Amino acid sequence: MAEQFAALIIVVPLIASLFVPVIGWWKKRLCYPWVVAVLIIPLISSLSILNTVMTTGKFSYRLAGWAPPWGIEYVLDHLSAFVLVIVSFISLMVAIYSKKSVQDNLPEKTVPFYTLFLLLVTGLMGIVITGDVFNLFVFLEISALSCYALIAIGEEGAPMAAFNYIIIGTIGACFYLLGIGYLYIATGSLNMADLANILPPLYDSKVILVAFAFFTVGLAVKAGLFPMHTWLPDAYCTAPSAVSALIAPLMTKVAAYVMIRLMFTVFQPHFSIEIVPVFTILGWLAVMAIVWGGIKALAQTDLKRMLVYVVVAEVGYIVIGVSVANRLGLTGAILHIMNDAVMMACLFLVTGAILYKTGTREIHQLSHLNKKMPFTMAAFTITALSMVGIPPACGFFSKWYLILGTIEAGQWFWAAALLCSSLINAVLFFRVIECAYLKPMEPAYAHDGGETIHEEIQRDEAPFTMLVPIVIMAAGVILLGIFSGKIISSVIQFAVPASF
Amino acid sequence: MLDYVISKYNFWIYIILMMIGLYAMIGKKNLVKKLIGMNIFQSAIILFYVSTGVKAGATVPILSGHGHGHGHEVIEVAKYINPLPHVLMLTAIVVSIATTGVAIATLILIYRKYNTLEEDEILMIRKETGV
Repeated sequence: MAEQFAALIIVVPLIASLFVPVIGWWKKRLCYPWVVAVLIIPLISSLSILNTVMTTGKFSYRLAGWAPPWGIEYVLDHLSAFVLVIVSFISLMVAIYSKKSVQDNLPEKTVPFYTLFLLLVTGLMGIVITGDVFNLFVFLEISALSCYALIAIGEEGAPMAAFNYIIIGTIGACFYLLGIGYLYIATGSLNMADLANILPPLYDSKVILVAFAFFTVGLAVKAGLFPMHTWLPDAYCTAPSAVSALIAPLMTKVAAYVMIRLMFTVFQPHFSIEIVPVFTILGWLAVMAIVWGGIKALAQTDLKRMLVYVVVAEVGYIVIGVSVANRLGLTGAILHIMNDAVMMACLFLVTGAILYKTGTREIHQLSHLNKKMPFTMAAFTITALSMVGIPPACGFFSKWYLILGTIEAGQWFWAAALLCSSLINAVLFFRVIECAYLKPMEPAYAHDGGETIHEEIQRDEAPFTMLVPIVIMAAGVILLGIFSGKIISSVIQFAVPASF
Repeated sequence: MLDYVISKYNFWIYIILMMIGLYAMIGKKNLVKKLIGMNIFQSAIILFYVSTGVKAGATVPILSGHGHGHGHEVIEVAKYINPLPHVLMLTAIVVSIATTGVAIATLILIYRKYNTLEEDEILMIRKETGV
């Protein structure tokens, strides 16, 4: 039964996305319930797959029954099942959230929005589930293309940001495609498991080294790793709220997943660690990403733009965990893929809700928001504490493993960068919390009429469909932190390559 | 040296084309020219793939005389070019067409908003209006 779920996870959103225009043509308001209902199926499927993988180990699904080296197979192991649950859960939450945001921002674009939304989710799931490098390229482009279009329908300046993203993103995807070409010339195979068997005797070949270089650069572009991140801030910031809440947590994390997959499954860990010095370079780039992202975030007055630079820094976290290349670091990286996805989703959902209710994203205009939107701000505060790394919120545990990993690898500077980043996050988020909770009304505004100061601030909470995903995410931040030991012992320790 | 270049000429052509495309994407100010550069870049990769499938003296990979009663003949792989890279490129061509379509639609949006497609002029307008 679980094998059929593997196919359903891709087929259901893909077919359903084609039905959205039909349903929208008949009754526009039915698009939203349709999308939410459809996205429940991948969530159930991926949970069932994770359950099967945890009890019986990895399995694969053969498309159309063709045997692996020739046909395409979907491979479900601990890592892919784990990331699938994250992707399906967050896309469902963002779909629930999108109702008011789409009604408000994009009333005429409802039908194309939901069509592209489902296509984007299909692409992300496909990237995670597939066991074939070329099939991965196709899904990478499905997700990227729908992402370009979703960004372009955003606010002022969005088309320009989307165009830059198209150009740079296409270069990234083309590099990945070239990498596949070189691997295919050398091995004659496209299947990941088959490649892992054929490659070891060829590790000294220059063709393989070039392929590896193309993969690394292409995926670093897709993941938005410094200095290939230049497309990211504008694109994520100008996208509509519901879109940035979906792509900011998922797009970069899924690219980081592909990086882990290629470096530790397709290539043996000892190739990525010993034969090419790629991890030293990636690690220092990640340090620069953390520092640069943090500094740029400090300079922003716009809440969403600040969060976008935090995304740049968070990519650095995951890449550091991959680069230290030991069990602790990689555990931290995989744990951080989950934690960061949940935290980023929560923060972007909150930003969208604030924008929806108050019409502003400027940090200094957020005063008294704790009285206007108590639940939303409580969720924001919990997530902010998690970003800083305060236990028992989940951000603490992944950072803990990442820092332990860097210490074990003897990279003290990288550990220092991680700790500094916590400090920067503390400044960043406490600045927002201070504005929202403690700061009185703007003086100029308050002096207008003497009475406005004493006027009771009306409670004006975000609508129900927005509040539910936000509260669930905030609860998730705490729960994932409390149960992180169990998550590591039952899933992540099997996802880390056995040779570590 | 010349022999080395000539014997691997397909790779040289793809690299030169790719660099032309990359230059257009980086160096040109006009957004349509950037897009054309992107297309050249993608086409270079398609040519690279197609050329990898070719074998000297081989023919199209259609097996004649097999199937009905002739199934026992041995198929000589060297006689047929490798069709797989070509099939992969059909997918890549579709992807590149879709990317071009999205990019052109985005360019229309940009043109409607700024009334120009020159990158420096758009940056000027954005600076003046403060967006």
